[in-house]
Amino acid sequence: MSLTDWLGPQEWQAVVLSLRVSLVATLVSLPFATAVAWLLARRQFPGHAFLSGIVHLPLILPPVVVGYLLLITFGTQGPVGSLLKPLGIVFAFRWTGAALAAAIMGFPLMVRAIRLGFEAVDPKLEQAAATLGAPRPWIFATVTLPLIIPALLAGATLGFAKAMGEFGATITFVSNIPGQTQTLPSAIYAFLETPGGEGPAMRLVLVSIVVAMGAVVLSEYLARRAASRT
Amino acid sequence: MSLSVALRHAFPGLDLDVVFEAPSGVTALFGPSGCGKSTTINAISGLLRPDSGRIALDGRVLFDSGTNLSPQERRIGYVFQDARLFPHMTVERNLRYPSRWRRNAGRDFDRIVKMLALGPLLHRRPSTLSGGEKQRTAIGRALLSDPALLVMDEPLAALDEGRKAEIMPWLERLRDEVRLPILYVSHSVPEVLRLATTVVLMRKGRVIHAGSLRDILADPLLAPELGAREAGALIQGRVDSYEPDGMARVTTAGGTMLLQDIHVPAGSDLKLRILAHEVILSRTAPEGLSALNVLPASVTQISGGLVQLALGNERMLAQITPRSIEALELKPGISCFAIIKSVSVVHS
Repeated sequence: MSLTDWLGPQEWQAVVLSLRVSLVATLVSLPFATAVAWLLARRQFPGHAFLSGIVHLPLILPPVVVGYLLLITFGTQGPVGSLLKPLGIVFAFRWTGAALAAAIMGFPLMVRAIRLGFEAVDPKLEQAAATLGAPRPWIFATVTLPLIIPALLAGATLGFAKAMGEFGATITFVSNIPGQTQTLPSAIYAFLETPGGEGPAMRLVLVSIVVAMGAVVLSEYLARRAASRT
Repeated sequence: MSLSVALRHAFPGLDLDVVFEAPSGVTALFGPSGCGKSTTINAISGLLRPDSGRIALDGRVLFDSGTNLSPQERRIGYVFQDARLFPHMTVERNLRYPSRWRRNAGRDFDRIVKMLALGPLLHRRPSTLSGGEKQRTAIGRALLSDPALLVMDEPLAALDEGRKAEIMPWLERLRDEVRLPILYVSHSVPEVLRLATTVVLMRKGRVIHAGSLRDILADPLLAPELGAREAGALIQGRVDSYEPDGMARVTTAGGTMLLQDIHVPAGSDLKLRILAHEVILSRTAPEGLSALNVLPASVTQISGGLVQLALGNERMLAQITPRSIEALELKPGISCFAIIKSVSVVHS
């Protein structure tokens, strides 16, 4: 029996959608999380504490609140959503909305992990590179970035795991439409609400466990490989 | 070439106000920890912006009220106390790091690798190097950045005695082979004695004196700054011949001396260190002494227990008690004999 047969079409859809949503959310937010982590770790500026507070908000607020705020901001009637709609960018009740919700919920976790990485890089190495003539962006790319690879991987893994598990904000913002916005957790929730849905739910629970374990093992392997190079 | 430095910088606990000129050769910035040596070279290399001042290298202004070149633009090779090699790169990639950004950088790669014997290390990672190997790599990397000036911040301070002894000959070679002015921060007298030609004495953020090492060592007012046990002259000598018993006849400006354990060929030049507390003074020519080296001298200056003597055109210090100074009626112009108990060879 192949994997495709083992999972029903709706379950299969949910798994693929969740992987797509989580990957997109992680990859798109990684550069932003890196930039914000760098600002928080290396720069002192007015509003430092405010930025830190905003970034951490999704970690502290109930997910439903975040989902609702996304809905009134990025919904087709919302201030941002109505501006983006003529450009063909719609988040509400689309898989892109699920990715946005997942990215925002995972953002503080990514920033925290990457910020620790920046703080662990000795600025004295960057000073040394400056005395050797290298311009700042080059120093960032050749000295700072390679040294925070383990932190970037840790941040990406946390962000991906959070995105795979994100439920509250997603269901509030984009609802639970099979094939459209029904991610793995939403699907498990829907099956458990349906008589006779325990079987599919249990299969999706197993898939969740395998994906989560796989992500952690892969990230640890990559981090160890990066560390052994230093 | 010359480096001209004038800077002021105030920070909690230290008010830095430093003025000095460093001619070519090795200039040692010497002083106790916390006197502002590192701050001074950080300002020179552009890693710290001083409150005010002027820094110029060969007439090129690096910093003044209207100019503040970045470290990238200054072309100053910096050898840090902690080496600061890039941990994720091999020794070779560390050495080649500057070559992308400086026009002439890396041109001397083979020569510098050979001079510092870095060949066997090229494919190693910094974490697998010993302290001495790391410092050699750091020196090579700084040299390969095509610097106009090399600054070294206590490059031996983090090493144990064995490693220091291992790296010292490389520094001497560097001084003799690379035509590059070097600013060397240290609070170690042996390092300064072996390497420096010029010394800038610093204390509590100020320059007490800047001048040639030999003048400072023979100055009864300045020599104690190097440490009470370190006062004493550094004089030039030349091995004339060897006696049948193996002792060397060494000619100095003050007369011929007989020295033991000299292992260089006749004709070699020697730098001789004669510590002030190894010199005894006598008003009359002494007889029946075990000391072999008794040279005629005249007193030129007295300060505290240190008596400065002229031996030909060399200056030397003797440390004696105020009571003896009084008993011998020593004062400038008086002739006497310097009985030298021991001499050490600093560098040949």
